[in-house]
Amino acid sequence: MKIAVCIKRVADMGARFQIGADGASVSDAGIKYDMSDFDEWAVEAALQLNEKHGGGEVTVISLGPDSAQETLRKALAMGADKAVHLKADRIPFDGFAIAEALAAELKDGGFDLVLFGRIAVDSAAGVTGAMVAELLDMPCVTAVSKLEVSGTTGTAERQVEGGVETLSFPLPALCTIDQGLVTQARYPSLKGIMAAKKKPMESKPAQLGAISVNVSKMELPPERSAGRIVGEGAAAVPELIRLLQTEAKVL
Amino acid sequence: MALHIDTEISLLPSGHLSPREGDLFNIDAALTEEERAIRDSVRRFVDERILPIIGDCYVQGRFPKELIPEMAELGMFGANLPEEYGCAGLSSVAYGLIMQELERGDSGIRSFASVQGALVMYPIFAFGSEAQKREYLPKMAKGEVIGCFGLTEPDAGSNPGAMTTRARQQVDGSWIINGAKMWITNGSQAHVSIIWAKTVDGDESGKSVRGFIVPTNTPGFTAKDQKGKLSLRASDTSELVLVDVHVPADAMLPEVQGLRGPLSCLTQARYGISWGAMGAAMACYEEALSYSKTRMMFDKPIGAFQIQQVRLADMITEIIKGQLLSLHLGRMKDLGTFNSNQVSVAKRNNVNVATDIAREARRLLGGNGILAEYHSMRHMANLESVYTYEGTHDVHSLIIGSAITGLQAFK
Repeated sequence: MKIAVCIKRVADMGARFQIGADGASVSDAGIKYDMSDFDEWAVEAALQLNEKHGGGEVTVISLGPDSAQETLRKALAMGADKAVHLKADRIPFDGFAIAEALAAELKDGGFDLVLFGRIAVDSAAGVTGAMVAELLDMPCVTAVSKLEVSGTTGTAERQVEGGVETLSFPLPALCTIDQGLVTQARYPSLKGIMAAKKKPMESKPAQLGAISVNVSKMELPPERSAGRIVGEGAAAVPELIRLLQTEAKVL
Repeated sequence: MALHIDTEISLLPSGHLSPREGDLFNIDAALTEEERAIRDSVRRFVDERILPIIGDCYVQGRFPKELIPEMAELGMFGANLPEEYGCAGLSSVAYGLIMQELERGDSGIRSFASVQGALVMYPIFAFGSEAQKREYLPKMAKGEVIGCFGLTEPDAGSNPGAMTTRARQQVDGSWIINGAKMWITNGSQAHVSIIWAKTVDGDESGKSVRGFIVPTNTPGFTAKDQKGKLSLRASDTSELVLVDVHVPADAMLPEVQGLRGPLSCLTQARYGISWGAMGAAMACYEEALSYSKTRMMFDKPIGAFQIQQVRLADMITEIIKGQLLSLHLGRMKDLGTFNSNQVSVAKRNNVNVATDIAREARRLLGGNGILAEYHSMRHMANLESVYTYEGTHDVHSLIIGSAITGLQAFK
């Protein structure tokens, strides 16, 4: 199968974030970047599908500045066959602008399956995959937790509140991958990391659509104020309840 | 005026990186993208696979051999040997970073990889016949064949020339080996051993020493674990006894004779240890730093007290110095210009400062620091072995002393 996986380079969510000088972005200083977790699971899913069916080709695509190539090389190190870097000065917030650039790249690629992570862990918008499906006129299944392909038919499971639903759809199709499809993405092996340098990586300008949504301001959550000790033991309970009712107004 | 740096790898191949949290001195800027990727991949493996179980393994005195296939799959065994023998073909710095990350987990895990790669695969690669390389290296890279290295004897440690293990050639060219080896990492788990033995009577200096590839299921070969260790408990350490062990002529490593053979293996392993010790030190420092920020005493985190800040500042400074020492050594190793005196400087310094860092971290952790649930005391105890093996701290002092004065102090 020819599978494309669209991946995003995101800041390590464990970092201590600072707001950039423009007041509307995250400062780069001291931040480590990696592939968004859901995208990593999507790469893993693509590799597993092709391993199961034998043969095939996995192409990874990422939009962003030159640093996106490092993230693409990680996917190549995991086992993807080739990479396409859609060069842009920065990754805009507007999912539709991104979707247009990705769709332009994907439309003549002859892919049987296009995979996305369910959301990017930094922006958490979760819209780009579905927009690309619309632009490519492909069936779209979001938040897939299990994926099988038989001939030209795909079968996907989704975790819904209190149960599981199974959907079927014709290929080519687009799926966004949720946690649970793979328990864990593989570690890039040391040989894989060395081999990644020799795999094809194409870099070209991203054909971004018009950007109509922008981040105008970013703020860190306010510092939590210090707690207060009301008293000790059972004697403190009446006062605690009174304060929860009158001051915190949570009871 | 900007300097033009005309070397194959610039001094700061990732100079565009700003120092990220936890990398005060921006060591990452001195690593290539592949080196950072390799480090990160092994780090994730250690965080997810080793750290959750290592405390229990240590208390139980068990090497987690269930991890061997995954370590092999990642390519950690003999990672700096060429791809044509099934290895990863990495640079020395990348290899060093693997050792650093493994020892962030535990010195026993790193020891396993050091022995497999530097002490068994390396001599087969460097001194073996083409047939021996084809036979063993791919299987050892896959972790299907585990190796051990038999040099040290009960009465020949720092002075391997005093070994008494003897290989006698038979009329048909085959060899019969007799002797005993001690402190052999992986001994009881190994499928194959490299046994160093004298081949001539009356050889007191060790110039007749030859290396033999001896399958551990050869009749007359026994390996027994040494019990009662208070260090490296998550590692198998064994005694080997060879009684009339008969091996064919082609079991001998043809390309080396004398102590240069085993000593050159040790130079490889010691290089990796200089990195590994920094990994253990990093684990202790990071644990101490994190604890200092959350442990409250006298109404503030203990990290707010000057005494703990001095401790932590000393630790991170020594770690940075040690890492730069190993990094420089690794770059020279890749250029083929490093020597064993330089390896002695790095092994001696880095293991020594790591023992101090582990002990200080243990102390910062207070009472909690003696629990296996925390890592520092385990590293502290492990590092006592690392201080003593692969050339004791004292012997490395004498090697350096000899190199700078020209005067031999060994005898």
